[in-house]
Amino acid sequence: MRRERRHVVATEKLGPYTMLHVDRGGLDPGVPGQFFMLEAPGRLLPRPMSLCLAPRGELAFLIDPIGPGTRALCRLERGDALTILGPLGNGFRLDVERPLLVGGGIGVAPLPYLAEALEHPRVVLGFRSDWHAQAAALLPRAEVCVEPRLVTELIEPGYDVLACGPEPMLEAVRGQAPAAQLAWEAPMACGFGACYGCAIEIEGVLKRLCVEGPVLCFS
Amino acid sequence: MRGRTGPLLLLNASGCLDALTAPEVAATLDGFVTKTVTPLPRDGNAPVRIAETDVGMLNSIGLANPGIDRFVTTHLPQLAKLELPIWVSVGGFAADEYAELCSRLDDHAEVAAIELNVSCPNVASPAESVAQIVASACLATRKPVWAKLSPAVPDVADVARAAQEAGADGLSLVNTMRGLKLDDRTLRSALEPGAGGLSGPALRPIALAAVHACFLATGLPIVGMGGVQCGRDALDLIAAGARHVALGTVLFADPQAPMRIRAQLAGELAARGYADVDDAYAVTHRESLSTTTTK
Repeated sequence: MRRERRHVVATEKLGPYTMLHVDRGGLDPGVPGQFFMLEAPGRLLPRPMSLCLAPRGELAFLIDPIGPGTRALCRLERGDALTILGPLGNGFRLDVERPLLVGGGIGVAPLPYLAEALEHPRVVLGFRSDWHAQAAALLPRAEVCVEPRLVTELIEPGYDVLACGPEPMLEAVRGQAPAAQLAWEAPMACGFGACYGCAIEIEGVLKRLCVEGPVLCFS
Repeated sequence: MRGRTGPLLLLNASGCLDALTAPEVAATLDGFVTKTVTPLPRDGNAPVRIAETDVGMLNSIGLANPGIDRFVTTHLPQLAKLELPIWVSVGGFAADEYAELCSRLDDHAEVAAIELNVSCPNVASPAESVAQIVASACLATRKPVWAKLSPAVPDVADVARAAQEAGADGLSLVNTMRGLKLDDRTLRSALEPGAGGLSGPALRPIALAAVHACFLATGLPIVGMGGVQCGRDALDLIAAGARHVALGTVLFADPQAPMRIRAQLAGELAARGYADVDDAYAVTHRESLSTTTTK
């Protein structure tokens, strides 16, 4: 568990999202699907972000400005400093034969790094609008759909599904592909098992996402 | 031996660290305080369980824990390997449950102290008074018993006095206070159970006032906690009468906080000309105490 003060080297807008590039320093990028706790300037608690890309010497995070912490992160500029802890949690297992990556909305975030690790498998993405779908530029060969069409319509049988997205999407994916590896999300105060805040209930069982997940598989 | 205080201990607040998932953080403390253990296992409250406010954090975890049986057989032996004094926080819904929990811990040498959580804002309160619970617990164990009190009472010093008369060896001050946050979009509670316990900087002046009042009322050793973010905050609690200091919410954002705060505290003491922590202990009260004795 490594924690370092790093600097923003670049930011980039992708529709409503901001890609935040920071210098890597001594931080390990970890396994796709693992996450980092990013200091949110002016806020009490850091915010959990999965790694989106690991360019040489950098870590890049895709951030959706949905609250005061993520908005503060999206306002960061080149040269600004922030403290980063990670990598944390359990990422995706990469020993899959016929991978299909499925992303919904900001759930696209961990998929570019995952796609690199799996040597560019098939990817399907769903977004709520064309504006949000600008994030699909991160995965140039992806098949993209926009609501009312749902990304789950693009899932065919016979694939090893690895998915990240909102909870209803993950539940639907699990209905279609029970063995899917699913990356879940929950509010998190610490990221290392201390706060018990990130428990999510799946089939009546509470799981601490930061130490048991965020990637979970049910079969 | 009851009543021994010793040097300053920097602890974690109960429920703010899991020493088994983050042993490297626990190793930077002078003792580890467990998450509250109850007689039976508890899953805790339904998610969403935490939310940030502008000045603090709300949690409604609801005492998720493995229960005393599994704690004693599985967790305690693992915690013992950390070679740190272990303070076990216990919670129940009746005085006899506290007594049972204390007696189950009594023979375990690795348990340095027992903290009675009589103040969780996220579960139903026991029907008995703090004094009854403390008295029952003290009868059931030879371990030092610390009562963790809520500041959400008309006068926490009254409760502290009652705990002292019932046999408490020390006080842990303070637990969180109930607070509510509404979701921006829906205007419904941000936490699934509704209200939660407010911690973080918002709690700091409240904790300081409680430590100040309870020190005057009892003179008991106190673990001060509530919104400590830096060395100066720790010094404030020590000056107001805290013998020890515990870190809570700050550990979530900064697992290196124990080392940072220790270093900052040393700097704060030196800058003010105090030789050590003892020199600054309860300094807030010194003039008023000496005035009282000369009258």
